[in-house]
Amino acid sequence: MSGHESTYKPNTGIEKWLDARLPIVRLVHGSFVDFPTPKNLNYWWTFGGILAVCLMTQIITGIVLAMHYVPNTEMAFASVERIMRDVEYGWLMRYIHANGASMFFLAVYIHMFRGLYYGSYKAPREISWILGVVIYLLMTGTAFMGYVLPWGQMSLHGSAVITSLIGSLPLIGEPIQIWLQGAPSIGNATLNRFFSLHYLLPFMIAGVVILHIWAFHTTGNNNPTGVEIKDPKKDAVPFHPYYTVKDGFAIIVFLMIFAGFVFYAPDVLGHADNYIEGNPLKTPAHIVPEWYLLPFYAILRAITFDIGPIPAKLGGVFAMFAAIAVLFIIPWLDTSKVRSLRYRPLARQFFFGFVFVCLMLGVAGASNPDDVVIPTGGDKLRYEASFEGTAERDAIKAVAASHDGKFSASKGVATVMFDDYHDATEFAEAAGIEEKPAVYHPGVKWLLVTQILMFCYFAYFFLVLPILGLVERPKDEPESIAKSIHHKEPTEGSAIPAE
Amino acid sequence: MTDETIHETVDEDRRDFIHIAAGAAVVGGAGALAWPFVAQMLPAMDTRAASSLEVAVTGIPEGGEIRVLIGGKPFFLRRRTPAEIESAEAVDVSTLRDPETDDERLRPMGDGNLNRALLIVSGSCTHLGCVPVGPGSNTGDFGGWYCPCHGSHYDTSGRIRKGPAPTNLPVPTYEYNADGSAVTISL
Repeated sequence: MSGHESTYKPNTGIEKWLDARLPIVRLVHGSFVDFPTPKNLNYWWTFGGILAVCLMTQIITGIVLAMHYVPNTEMAFASVERIMRDVEYGWLMRYIHANGASMFFLAVYIHMFRGLYYGSYKAPREISWILGVVIYLLMTGTAFMGYVLPWGQMSLHGSAVITSLIGSLPLIGEPIQIWLQGAPSIGNATLNRFFSLHYLLPFMIAGVVILHIWAFHTTGNNNPTGVEIKDPKKDAVPFHPYYTVKDGFAIIVFLMIFAGFVFYAPDVLGHADNYIEGNPLKTPAHIVPEWYLLPFYAILRAITFDIGPIPAKLGGVFAMFAAIAVLFIIPWLDTSKVRSLRYRPLARQFFFGFVFVCLMLGVAGASNPDDVVIPTGGDKLRYEASFEGTAERDAIKAVAASHDGKFSASKGVATVMFDDYHDATEFAEAAGIEEKPAVYHPGVKWLLVTQILMFCYFAYFFLVLPILGLVERPKDEPESIAKSIHHKEPTEGSAIPAE
Repeated sequence: MTDETIHETVDEDRRDFIHIAAGAAVVGGAGALAWPFVAQMLPAMDTRAASSLEVAVTGIPEGGEIRVLIGGKPFFLRRRTPAEIESAEAVDVSTLRDPETDDERLRPMGDGNLNRALLIVSGSCTHLGCVPVGPGSNTGDFGGWYCPCHGSHYDTSGRIRKGPAPTNLPVPTYEYNADGSAVTISL
């Protein structure tokens, strides 16, 4: 994993004996002690170490929870409540694990945006990036299955929604869905296999993490300038103590925020509905995934129209998977040779726009698609009446006009809108309508906003990244990492104080 | 400004202090964090709550016993016949492997008197934890219990008389209720 010749020198006899047989100390020494690391890494680079801590936290607390959890639909919910109430420090273990998932995703999103901003996906680091996306995919799968285990209302109905996505595939969809569930619906068989896989996948993540580190230790770390290390003596410092301490400090700050959630707001990131035992006969009123999957959930719901032969439901599934799949090909979508956005002023602005789009997709995912975002006028009262023939239609239109109603008609249904309640009731009397009017909120709905955001999301990858690299004129990159730090070449007797 | 200059001015005392302080913080933090991970394997609240049981004793027939599980561990409640009580009291304690008088193996009722008919002992053989057989099956050479695993014989006071078991069947902590119709046994 070190990708460079380690300076490790075994001193004692036992170290020499081990080094000749299994040079594991040499490997660790070369990877995390004397590994030449760019000297200009900023705090955005500490999230790799933070993520390693997150993974270990999840695995250790997860092993503990598995000692007390029962993967059976009859007992799962009660066993989680027992963990919360009866098991020694069970509340702590579960709250660390549940909030740990959120902290893990928070860190991974920052890590991914950092990679995007500083061009860490560009040659020769494509494999590091792709392995990172693989880790992210495994994380989403693990998180999704973990959320099912407590067998609350959100667990049950959330998993029902997601597995039915697969069922939307033509022909093979339904058989695959039944195979995944192990039954016609989400049930005990599903819970058992999700528990098994939820235990397995974190170890697969750990394996891919090792490959990820191996890959970027082979190419060397990227850095905020995007300029490669030219002279390790000037441009790099050994990983220890420089980055062990810097990462360590960041990890402590991160753990403080983490602890803040665990001890003071342990349920703020979850849904109250998941504290109600799963009931297959009753779906919660507002079903949403955990916050970290909301942007993709928004994209899933944004396709409400058929695209040629693809029905809307399947289109949404494709769009959602495409939103993740596109990350794999970013190295080949971005045509710019300049890695760091520090030297690409235009791309930088688009990047921040993209971050905003992602955050807003999250907000859209949490919102009801039919709710109004931007009202375009006061609320109105709406009547609908069916008619046959133009004579009947014109009669309704005339009555509407005499009461200041706005008339419109299509496909045999007349719609009349009123600003004023008295006008509306008088119209209803005159037209012989007995039903109460519906309240209509005119404005731009979340659905349209989500569709625009989704367009922006994909446009960033398929339009901005390819085109910008060709038309943008980047600023000059520094000659070396050292020169980017010492803006003026240090000379004898310069302004640097003598020590 | 060169690296050499910086290295020459390292304050070793200051650096030692930082190393020791950081090391102490790591060790202290790791220790504090380790405790919940160890403690979670202790018996849980509900398990501990199930570690005592009230048992009605009036229904036990003379010469018979009932067996109860408390926290998964077996206990024998035996109503002894006058002959069994007599044989338990007649033993010369000094000849026993684990010397205890029959009275020492009983607990007083609410009025301070002993209920000599009722003997309550653990149902785990003190040899390797098998459950001895008793009245209705095989009471062994001394009329109490016989452990089929390795042949330990207990007398009518639950004392080890023959075989590999090192000590008498332990008497659990228990209390009679006010009228003596039930006992509460705790682990």
